[in-house]
Amino acid sequence: MDISFVIEKFVLVAIIFGISLLIAMYSTYAERKVAAFLQDRLGPDRAGPFGILQPLADGVKMFMKEEIIPTNASKWLFMVGPGLSMLTACIGTAVIPWGSDMTIGDRVIPLQVTDINVGILYIFGVVSLGVYGVMIGGWASNNKYSLLSAIRAASQNISYEIAMGLSIIALLLVTNSMSLGEIVANQHGWRWNVLYQPLGFLLFMICSFAETNRAPFDLPECETELIGGYHTEYSSMKLGFYLFAEYINMFVSAAVMASLYFGGYNYPGMDWVLAQTGTVIAPLIGTAVFFLKIFAFIFFFMWVRWTIPRFRYDQLMHLGWKVLIPLAIANIIITSIVIAIIEKF
Amino acid sequence: MEPLTSKKKVLEKKPLTFAERMYLPAITKGLAITISHFFKKEATIRYPEQQREFSTNFRGMHSLKRDEEGKERCTACGLCALSCPAEAITMIASERKPEEKDLYREEKYASVYEINMLRCIFCGLCEEACPKEAIYLDGPIVPSDYLRKDFIYGKDKLVEAPLEKK
Repeated sequence: MDISFVIEKFVLVAIIFGISLLIAMYSTYAERKVAAFLQDRLGPDRAGPFGILQPLADGVKMFMKEEIIPTNASKWLFMVGPGLSMLTACIGTAVIPWGSDMTIGDRVIPLQVTDINVGILYIFGVVSLGVYGVMIGGWASNNKYSLLSAIRAASQNISYEIAMGLSIIALLLVTNSMSLGEIVANQHGWRWNVLYQPLGFLLFMICSFAETNRAPFDLPECETELIGGYHTEYSSMKLGFYLFAEYINMFVSAAVMASLYFGGYNYPGMDWVLAQTGTVIAPLIGTAVFFLKIFAFIFFFMWVRWTIPRFRYDQLMHLGWKVLIPLAIANIIITSIVIAIIEKF
Repeated sequence: MEPLTSKKKVLEKKPLTFAERMYLPAITKGLAITISHFFKKEATIRYPEQQREFSTNFRGMHSLKRDEEGKERCTACGLCALSCPAEAITMIASERKPEEKDLYREEKYASVYEINMLRCIFCGLCEEACPKEAIYLDGPIVPSDYLRKDFIYGKDKLVEAPLEKK
């Protein structure tokens, strides 16, 4: 392993980390703006032009707030909770291919931190770990509401993970690979997986809404029933971490959806652009396209949040176990039958 | 049970059809409605910069009027204070000195005239009671402040600006 490889990866990690934090930061702003526009309002517009500095002001506010740790809380776990949430949210970005390989001179730089051959499993594992942050935080608060909401979050995530995993299995049947880099590269030239797996995509998307605790599956945080949800007892930057982790999760799942089903950095006319601009600029354009897709998904997340009311808990469980899981299994069976027929003839 | 209303139409709860149970058509419909609002004009008025126009009978801050020659109309008769249901108005009357002839219209005038804006309910009864047409509630909204004492408006804030000399 040469030193330039280490530097290259380090720079890439730093950039991706910075970008995901920046996007999470401005997602809070975008959320408020989108909500406002969807409700015929203006949204924040006081801090800077168009309120562009609002996230900074909010960040400063979060830091300045008093740090409160309840007397009867388990102090160590109380502090671990938000950290764990943040950690699991951030490490998900490691296997996402942000662009095709960049060639400078005779050096090939992949725009992906690591292309492990079980990329999907890794994402899946990291997303499942996310529930520990919520669970530990809710339990350590020593508060009934926090605990109830943590239990809700845990059972919701576990229920929807099954359907999510099953919908991914159908996708794997189509792609024949678990490496995200390969899956995205195979979608080159309009062979986007969403065209082969429309039902699988729908299931996956619904499940990612549930996994990121977004509306209409935001039961762990429903104010009307559980005050603040699992972060009722949190204040200052610990609360900030929880809220931030939610937005990073949203960013990561938007990136995963875009790369699994919507061709990642692929776009029509890619080869022509590559021939015109060379191997340094073209991958960057691909990355820009990928980010456009991500932003579109993030916007969709927000759009849905301000449209659909929250599910009741029994409806949530009903949808998860009695609708999504059978549909996902049916999807697997149909996909495998079709693949078997195609391979036979 | 006896019907609670005289409404004749009986609504039957039908079981949902398959398409309705799918939820997705209804969700797309909802999404279409919300996105249509995305492009509509917002109803917000950016208050300090933009101000909504008051209606013609709006009652805002009081002003003590002057007559055509720029003399104060108020004669400190006290009818406004008497009529005030919130007891917001106090005044002290004084006698006009000969050299003040072009300042006050009549021999008696209010040397102190105070309205407590925290008490005032902007009913406009002072305006109605005034025989000299000296007080009108034709000003803007009374601005906010930090201290109670700053809400007691004296003549410095209430009396109209003097007429410009020609």
